[in-house]
Amino acid sequence: MNHEVAIRAEGLTRKFGAFTAVDHISFSVEKGEIFGFLGANGAGKTTAIKMLCGLLQPSGGKASVGGFDIFRQTGQLRRNIGYMSQRFSLYEDLSPYENLRFYGGIYGLPRREIKPKAEAVLKKLGLWEEKDQLVSALPLGWKQKLAFSVASFHEPAIVFLDEPTSGVDPVTRRQFWHMIYEAAHQGTTIFITTHYMEEAEYCKRVSIMVSGRIQALDTPGKLKEQYQVSSMDEVFLKLTR
Amino acid sequence: MIQVAHIVKSYESTKALQDISFDVVQGQLFGLIGPDGAGKTTLFRILTTLLLPDEGQARVGEWDIRKDYKKIRKQVGYMPGRFSLYQDLTVEENLSFFATIFGTTIRESYHLIKDIYVQIEPFKDRRAGALSGGMKQKLALCCALVHSPQVLFLDEPTTGVDPVSRKEFWDMLKNLKRAGITILVSTPFMDEASRCEQIALLQKGKVLAIDTPKGIRKSFSKPLWSVNSNTDMYQLLQDLNRYDRTASAFTFGESVHYTDRQEEGISEALRQYLAQQGHREVRIQPLEASIEDRFMELMSREDEP
Repeated sequence: MNHEVAIRAEGLTRKFGAFTAVDHISFSVEKGEIFGFLGANGAGKTTAIKMLCGLLQPSGGKASVGGFDIFRQTGQLRRNIGYMSQRFSLYEDLSPYENLRFYGGIYGLPRREIKPKAEAVLKKLGLWEEKDQLVSALPLGWKQKLAFSVASFHEPAIVFLDEPTSGVDPVTRRQFWHMIYEAAHQGTTIFITTHYMEEAEYCKRVSIMVSGRIQALDTPGKLKEQYQVSSMDEVFLKLTR
Repeated sequence: MIQVAHIVKSYESTKALQDISFDVVQGQLFGLIGPDGAGKTTLFRILTTLLLPDEGQARVGEWDIRKDYKKIRKQVGYMPGRFSLYQDLTVEENLSFFATIFGTTIRESYHLIKDIYVQIEPFKDRRAGALSGGMKQKLALCCALVHSPQVLFLDEPTTGVDPVSRKEFWDMLKNLKRAGITILVSTPFMDEASRCEQIALLQKGKVLAIDTPKGIRKSFSKPLWSVNSNTDMYQLLQDLNRYDRTASAFTFGESVHYTDRQEEGISEALRQYLAQQGHREVRIQPLEASIEDRFMELMSREDEP
C-alpha cells in the first residue's frame, strides 16, 4: 500500500477580524485518494480551499500541499496543483484547443509538448470534431469534462474540484465521476466539494465541516455506521442541524 | 391553474422548448425536474410573461400569457434562478421595496411569510449581499410572497444550497401549499422530485414523462438490481461495463444499479461472472427504481436513433 501524504493540515486557522472562518482544522489526504470536503454553506470550506491552494494566507497552523508549505512556497504550490470551480474557469471565447494551449503555456509546459498533448486530450474526450468551435457553444456536460482536462493538463499531483457537477444531467455526472476515478487510479489526488450527498459516497474518505471545524472525518461506510444511518444525507443532517 | 399547451421556443438554432404541454391544478406542488439546458428557465420566463413563445398557448389562472400579461404579473410570485435581489439593500429594505412595488405592505402578507421571515429576522439590518446561500434563498422566497400571490414560480431555488437548507426549503414549500398556493418549482436534484405531488421530467427541451413520483418510479421497465463487492467501485463498474449481459450499469452511492439484457437467471449468472473477475463478497439484490433510475432510462431511449 502506498501511504504517501499529498495534503497535510495541522491546526489550520483563518480569522477575518473577530470571526474565525476556519478553526484549527487538522487532516491528511493520501496520494491518489478521492477526498470529499463537505459542509453547509458558510461552514468555511471555500476559505479552507483558498488557503490550501496558496491564495489566502492562514492566520495560524501549518499545512503542506504536494510537499510545499502553504505559507512560504505558494508559488511552487500553485504550479503543482489543478483547480476547477463550479464556474468552470474556461475561456468561453476561445475554442477547446485554444483553452488547452493557453493553460499549457500559463503553466510553463514546453511549446512542442503542448500541441501533441492538447490533441491527445481532445481525441480522448471525443471533442476532436469540435476542437475549433467556441467553448460557449458546447453543451454543459462537455464544458465540464473539458474544464477538468484543463485543470489537470499540466499533470498536477493534486486537483481541487469545487462543486464541479452542479446542474448536469445524471448520466453526464456519472461520466464525469468516471474521469475522476480514472485520474485517481493513475495517482492524482482529488480534493472535491459537492452538495450531492450521493457523490460523497463515491469518495474514499469525507470530512464534514460545521462552523469552521471538522466535525467528522472517515470513510462513508464508517460514518454511516457511527451515526447509525443508511445514507450520507442523514449523516450530514445529523451533524449540521 | 396553469395550462401549458404545445409551447415551442427557439433561440436562433437552439430549440429550447419543443412542444411542451402539461397542466397544474390549483393548490398543487408541481415539479419540473431536469438538468441545465432542459428548458426550465425558458418555460418559467414564458409563464411569467417575460418572454413570448414561438408557438403554443399557455394560461395562468384564467389569464392568457399573451393578452393578459399585466394581470398575470400581479397574481404570481417569481423567484428566478439567479439571485435577483438588491445586494446593497438590507434584508428589510428588500422586502419593503417589493411590497411597495406591488402596492402592499409587509404587514398585510405577514401571515404568509412569518414562518420564513422569523429565520432571517435576526439579520434584517444586514445587506442582502452579505447573507449566506441558504438565507438568500429564504429572503428571495419572502420577496416573491410579499404580495400574496396565487401562483408561485420557483426556478431552481435549491441550486448551490447545502442539503440541510435544501430540506428546510422543501418543508417551507409544504407549508405554503397548505395555505392554498399553487407552486411550480424546478430542480436538477432528482432526490427532491419525490417532495412534489406531480412531476414532469425534462431533457433538452422535451418532456420525457409526466406523472406522480410514484408513477414515475413504477414505470421503470426492467427488473433493477443493486450490486456491490469488496473491490473498489471503479473496478466493479469497469467489469460490469465489459460484461456481455449488461444492459445498463450506473453508480448510485456505494452500489451499482444494474439491468440485464436477459430475463432469467440474472443474479446467478452475474454472481458467477463477478467471481471470475476476482470480486469477493458480492451482493446482488433486487431493487425498486428511483426517479433518477427512470430518468436515465428515458434519456438513453431519447439518444437512440
